[in-house]
Amino acid sequence: MATATPTIPSAGPLPGSRSFLSRVRDGDEIARLVTFLFAASVVLITILLVYQLWVNSALPRQKFGLRFFVTQVWDPVMDEFGALPFVYGTVVTSAVALLLAVPLGIGAAIFLAELAPPRISDALQFLIDLLAAVPSVIYGLLGVFIVVPLMRTVIYPALNKPFGFLPIFKGPSYGVGFLTAGIVLAIMVIPYIISVSREVLLSVPRDQREAALAVGSTRWESTWKVVVPFAKTGIMGSIFLALARALGETMAVTMVIGNTPKIAASLFAPGYSIAAVIANEFTEATGDLYLQSLIALGLVLFLLTFIINGLARLLILVTTQKGSGSD
Amino acid sequence: MKRLTGALLAVLVLGVILCAAQNALLINGAGATFPYPIYSKWFDVYHGKNPNIQFNYQSVGSGAGIKQVTEGTVDFGATDGPMNDEQMKAFQDKRKTSILHFPTVLGAAVPTYNVPGVSSSLNFTPEALAGIFLGKITKWNDPAIAGPNKGVSLPANDIVVVHRSDGSGTTYIWTDYLSKVSDEWKNKVSRATSVNWPVGLGGKGNEGVTGLIKQTPNSIGYVELIYAVQNNVTYGAVKNSAGAFIKADLASVSAAAAGAAKEMPDDFRVSITNAPGKTAYPISSFTWLLIPAKIDDAGKRDAIKGFLKWMVSDGQGYAESLSYAKLPNEVAQKVEKAINNVQ
Amino acid sequence: MQARLQWRKFVSNFMLTMTGVCAFVSVAVLFFILGYLLFNGGTSINWAFFTQLPKPVGETGGGMANAIVGSAKLLLAASLFGVPIGFLGGVYLAEFSGGAMASVVRYAADLLNGVPSIVIGIFAYSLVVLPFKHFSTLAGAFALGLMMIPITLRSTEEFLNGVPRMLREGAMALGASKWQTIATVIVPAAYRGILTAILLALARVAGETAPLLFTAFGNRFWSGGWTQPTASLPVMIFTYAVSPYEDWHRQAWAAGLVLLGLILIINIVARTILSRGIAVPR
Repeated sequence: MATATPTIPSAGPLPGSRSFLSRVRDGDEIARLVTFLFAASVVLITILLVYQLWVNSALPRQKFGLRFFVTQVWDPVMDEFGALPFVYGTVVTSAVALLLAVPLGIGAAIFLAELAPPRISDALQFLIDLLAAVPSVIYGLLGVFIVVPLMRTVIYPALNKPFGFLPIFKGPSYGVGFLTAGIVLAIMVIPYIISVSREVLLSVPRDQREAALAVGSTRWESTWKVVVPFAKTGIMGSIFLALARALGETMAVTMVIGNTPKIAASLFAPGYSIAAVIANEFTEATGDLYLQSLIALGLVLFLLTFIINGLARLLILVTTQKGSGSD
Repeated sequence: MKRLTGALLAVLVLGVILCAAQNALLINGAGATFPYPIYSKWFDVYHGKNPNIQFNYQSVGSGAGIKQVTEGTVDFGATDGPMNDEQMKAFQDKRKTSILHFPTVLGAAVPTYNVPGVSSSLNFTPEALAGIFLGKITKWNDPAIAGPNKGVSLPANDIVVVHRSDGSGTTYIWTDYLSKVSDEWKNKVSRATSVNWPVGLGGKGNEGVTGLIKQTPNSIGYVELIYAVQNNVTYGAVKNSAGAFIKADLASVSAAAAGAAKEMPDDFRVSITNAPGKTAYPISSFTWLLIPAKIDDAGKRDAIKGFLKWMVSDGQGYAESLSYAKLPNEVAQKVEKAINNVQ
Repeated sequence: MQARLQWRKFVSNFMLTMTGVCAFVSVAVLFFILGYLLFNGGTSINWAFFTQLPKPVGETGGGMANAIVGSAKLLLAASLFGVPIGFLGGVYLAEFSGGAMASVVRYAADLLNGVPSIVIGIFAYSLVVLPFKHFSTLAGAFALGLMMIPITLRSTEEFLNGVPRMLREGAMALGASKWQTIATVIVPAAYRGILTAILLALARVAGETAPLLFTAFGNRFWSGGWTQPTASLPVMIFTYAVSPYEDWHRQAWAAGLVLLGLILIINIVARTILSRGIAVPR
């Protein structure tokens, strides 16, 4: 019990200075145990998830081995499954998304970090965070009713007539396809690029900018040639984050990609992504090999996003530490 | 802290209320989108007559219906492509009882299209359909299509093929027909609820395909008759085995079933595509409910048997207004007897 | 020399204006989405939408009452599952643990956070749906709850760590045990941030569709109890949007508006709470 003496027995953890029983009585040990169990459960769940994915995709590993990654065929009748069309579709749509989102996102981040007065910057950031909160099915909805017709009536003619000789712009357009999915994904990932880039840009030390301006560079030059390179790794991190988001996106993509497991050079062609095929075929995959092939695809997607997320965090960490360090 | 506890309590109470036992018996089913319009009508009417029984049917495709009823995650399935022997064995192995097929109505898969400037019904030969879906016929004004359609001005546009992206009984019916009329199709693609399509875009469900066709000029796909009718999409006539171009309707579908009625196998698994008969529509099919032979839950068993009895008698009256053909009388009688096989 | 400077100045002004355009376009998208949903969905929001069940195919009218309640139940159950784990796990990380275990837990949480939602759906299907042979609200809640854990956990840890040392030391000086300090002093001090995190996690999973496809499945009727399939707003939007029925499209817009409105409100509330700062107890 506490008294007004200099020694306060039950406060401050001096390891070993109190008996186990007295610690239990105070509830500390129980609290520690309980919270430990909950924290451990997070680890256990994650391990269980990876384990389940691995174990439930054993059949295609046995039957196809590494061939799985290079086979183009997806044939439930002949039991011949290959991941290539889906990996291709996932990669292409994400690449298109980044090509569109990165310039726009970095541009906006520069504006918010360098030019806008702090209050406007915060207010705009708030709105952009709201954009990130829009559920993907709504993006899909807008994709189906706005982007698809737009693609057919405006974008396709604009690109195909002058540039139709290029393989990526060849062929007819169905409205749905790689490019449509890429555009929808771009809109979805811009907020991630903006918010993280803005943060890393803000963390670049003031003296960098001031030094540049002091030697006579224009505002733009100091931003583009000094500040941005300083924040380069962090911005790369934000791009990886956006990429990870785009890779795993399911609903918006499946509504506008065309659901065709084929590899095509043209961006106007319909395609398929890993997440979309799982969403479409999982509940109906009769036959163990079929189902497990879908789960194997899920494992591939998981690994892809895992690696990219890891890289992203590493890069962002490096930059914000660099920035906050003195120089 | 007190307010937090109070809020938590309120939330828990709300949860319990939401949890409150509903006396209604919920029976879950999944499967074909083909008969979804009539099933949703039936289940709605039946629920009106029996407020304590709810049939929750999700139209997720025949493939999913077969899969989920095999897994036991739903109480019954529905399909327009009968289960093959392998699938039936899988069911037997997994659930230790057999699966019964109950035909419910007859429907037709029709070639729907959206060709600018063409609002009339086009005539399709089997060769034309096979060629289009194999990707060998690529333009609308190809002779194979133009030939039987003299007088119609067909544009020289590329054909956009639309098919199902999910496992579908409608796909089964369509590929079953194509396999019968085209050896190349049979060898290259074959018949199943989910196939490796040579060309085309994928739409989810009959709904998805109809939607895609409506939005995509120069497209052609296959959907269940009622979807084409309800959504004002143009559909064409198909040449049957007797050489006549027949458009799908109640009479032509019933004609296709007429022959099958006499030779209906006991397990009701039969294909009536490309049926003989001058007026038969060649891409017709029965559609089936998949019911396990042994249902442990007495309440569910009785409810399902009750529904089946109603379905095969009063229920048939709703079929025609939704463009499904009724079961031929001989078949209906056989079905009624077979209901007793559900234990 | 003067000309070169003029050019550089021009480039500078031009590029900086462009960045402004980028920012403007990005923000404009949000307003466009909102406006479009309001325009298309606003007229379809009526009393029937909120109170009626879906009608059979081809019949106009009906509503999404069961989907709204279904989503509410899913979110409730998901929170009851995900929040305690995330919160208590975060308490452990901030208050009780040392290096190694903490890193492992944080890493696991980050991993879980990065799992695509469709893969979470597969996991929930094999863990909850198959063994019990049921699609159910619980399975759906499990999937959504899993997705709430990482955000709750990391935020709890962060905000607890942000509580000033003097509060802890003051409590200890008065003789409080560790858990008493945590429960009565530290957590209340950080509650704003933690509440914000929970709300943001909730907003994130409220819009998730993919994991529900294989878990909660769908229901045309009211879903009683927790072991039956249930309709939910996101899945209904998806189903209705890809259909060919004009009436269903209309309802999809309305549902989209309701869902988006709900999520935006939660976000705005959460961020406003946060921006008011960490509360210092009296």
